[in-house]
Amino acid sequence: MSRWEVKIAGFGGQGIILAGYLLGKAAAVYDRRHATMVQSYGPEARGSACASQVIIADEPISYPYVTEPDVLIAMSQEAYTRFAAEVKPGGLLLIERDLVALDMMRSDLARPGEDGVRLHALPATKIAEELGHRIVANIVMLGFLCALAPIVSLSGMKEALRSSLPKSAIELNLMAFEAGYARGLQVGYNLAGNPSQRKEGV
Amino acid sequence: MKRGPAVLTGVHFFNGDVACAEGALAAGCRFFAGYPITPATEIAERMAERLPEVGGTFIQMEDEIASLSAVLGASWAGVKAMTATSGPGFSLMMENLGFGYMTETPCVIVNVQRGGPSTGLPTLVGQGDMLQARWGSHGDYETIVLAPSSAQEMFDLTIAAFNLSEKYRLPVLLLSDAIIGHITERVIIPPEEEIPIVNRKTFRGPREAYLPYLPDEDLVPPMVAAGEGYRVYITGLTHDERGYPSTSPEVQERLVCRLVEKIRRNKHDIIRLEECGIEDAEVVLVAYGVSARVAYRAMELARAAGHRVGWLRLITVWPFPEERLRDLATRVRAFIVPELNLGQIVREVERCAEGRTRTIPVLRPGGAVHAPRELLTSIEEAFHD
Repeated sequence: MSRWEVKIAGFGGQGIILAGYLLGKAAAVYDRRHATMVQSYGPEARGSACASQVIIADEPISYPYVTEPDVLIAMSQEAYTRFAAEVKPGGLLLIERDLVALDMMRSDLARPGEDGVRLHALPATKIAEELGHRIVANIVMLGFLCALAPIVSLSGMKEALRSSLPKSAIELNLMAFEAGYARGLQVGYNLAGNPSQRKEGV
Repeated sequence: MKRGPAVLTGVHFFNGDVACAEGALAAGCRFFAGYPITPATEIAERMAERLPEVGGTFIQMEDEIASLSAVLGASWAGVKAMTATSGPGFSLMMENLGFGYMTETPCVIVNVQRGGPSTGLPTLVGQGDMLQARWGSHGDYETIVLAPSSAQEMFDLTIAAFNLSEKYRLPVLLLSDAIIGHITERVIIPPEEEIPIVNRKTFRGPREAYLPYLPDEDLVPPMVAAGEGYRVYITGLTHDERGYPSTSPEVQERLVCRLVEKIRRNKHDIIRLEECGIEDAEVVLVAYGVSARVAYRAMELARAAGHRVGWLRLITVWPFPEERLRDLATRVRAFIVPELNLGQIVREVERCAEGRTRTIPVLRPGGAVHAPRELLTSIEEAFHD
């Protein structure tokens, strides 16, 4: 059916790995598909460049690295600068509005109705702060993504959140997810059936 | 203390290290001694959390020498025991590893390989310890080394490692790598009753009749646990059936040949391979660990381009599957061997090829895996030459 390659990048402390883990867990455990997540990070616990790469497919995944992301979530300037050019035509480029300046623009950004990379800026950290804690900015972004692309089931995603977080954090995270999801619905389209999709990269 | 099940039957999204720890618990491991080291730390973390729940013991030791000492001691007390480390710790374990082979002590040692030599690349992948695993301790011995390629196999092969170590009475090594240790994937844990468990042979006869190193017909002596009342003598010195040290060349020959032969004679039971597309293959990729996954992708690309390429994955790396490679060497045009070291297992492949086919190494000293495209280039060259 469909294969998705998702790269989530930012800096240590933003929940980049957790976001990739939750996406993969929703697919692997609750949607019963194949999913792999690999991560890269620097030696520091906080602040260094950090990325998680998630592949979701119906068949077993051999090469576990994302080569041509269908989706890039850039939560930092460095993430945007390093990876924005990789996004597959027809793919999604989601950025944290208040942390990424569009200093270099892809020439193939899509205007409405066209086939190109779709860029969306979301003030995820600000939304998270309004909900009570900036720590859930990653989950706001996940909600936004789930409204824009049918990568995992909504129920699977929420189950992944519930089963992975400490009890005291579940409510805030579900609120963050819903907030991001609502913002995604406002965009008014969904990547379902993207024609450029699903050729495995090399 | 919180009690939990030893076998977490169900579908999980685990990283390889956590899957390894769960595999150990499912296999019956109830003792872990280790020293944290990237990229194996999560195994120790998981064991520290889980072992107390199942009535087991976790000890963080002062270093890796002590870690393996404690593991060998625990095994002689009758408990299935494991340690986990990476290259620098593995080097420290070499002396005790030999002691484990000489004293025929069942246990499992996990090495989640990172780039070396020395402290090398703590967070990045390597496969540079494949020959150290075979030859790292001095003297003659045979070992068993398994190489997982997925989080699921970190679970499955940890169980297999325990079963082999119990069956043949020796330390069994699980040689993983930083990517397979940290890759997070679906891991399916079966119901407890569907997991085959092997336990060491024990001796229950009269005390005076017990000879701790008198083998049965399968060359493996039954074992007792220290404290059960039987006299045990555990020494790294060459010893006779009673366990008494000896300087006799005959005793040396009898003992060391048996240690080697108990593995060689059973290699068909021990060796596991996975193959794909071998039947019509003209070129065969031979790989293990994370490199086998990259090679599989390269095979798919090559097949899509019309090349008849096969794939052979070493699940058991040692004892080396000589017979299968010798057989393939008579009918393929080349072996291609990608490794994250500067040429280790490729030497074995080349030895088995015996000049009857080409062996093409594709090597890098760790840090990152090959790109499938890089292997495709080697495949195309093999067809053109």
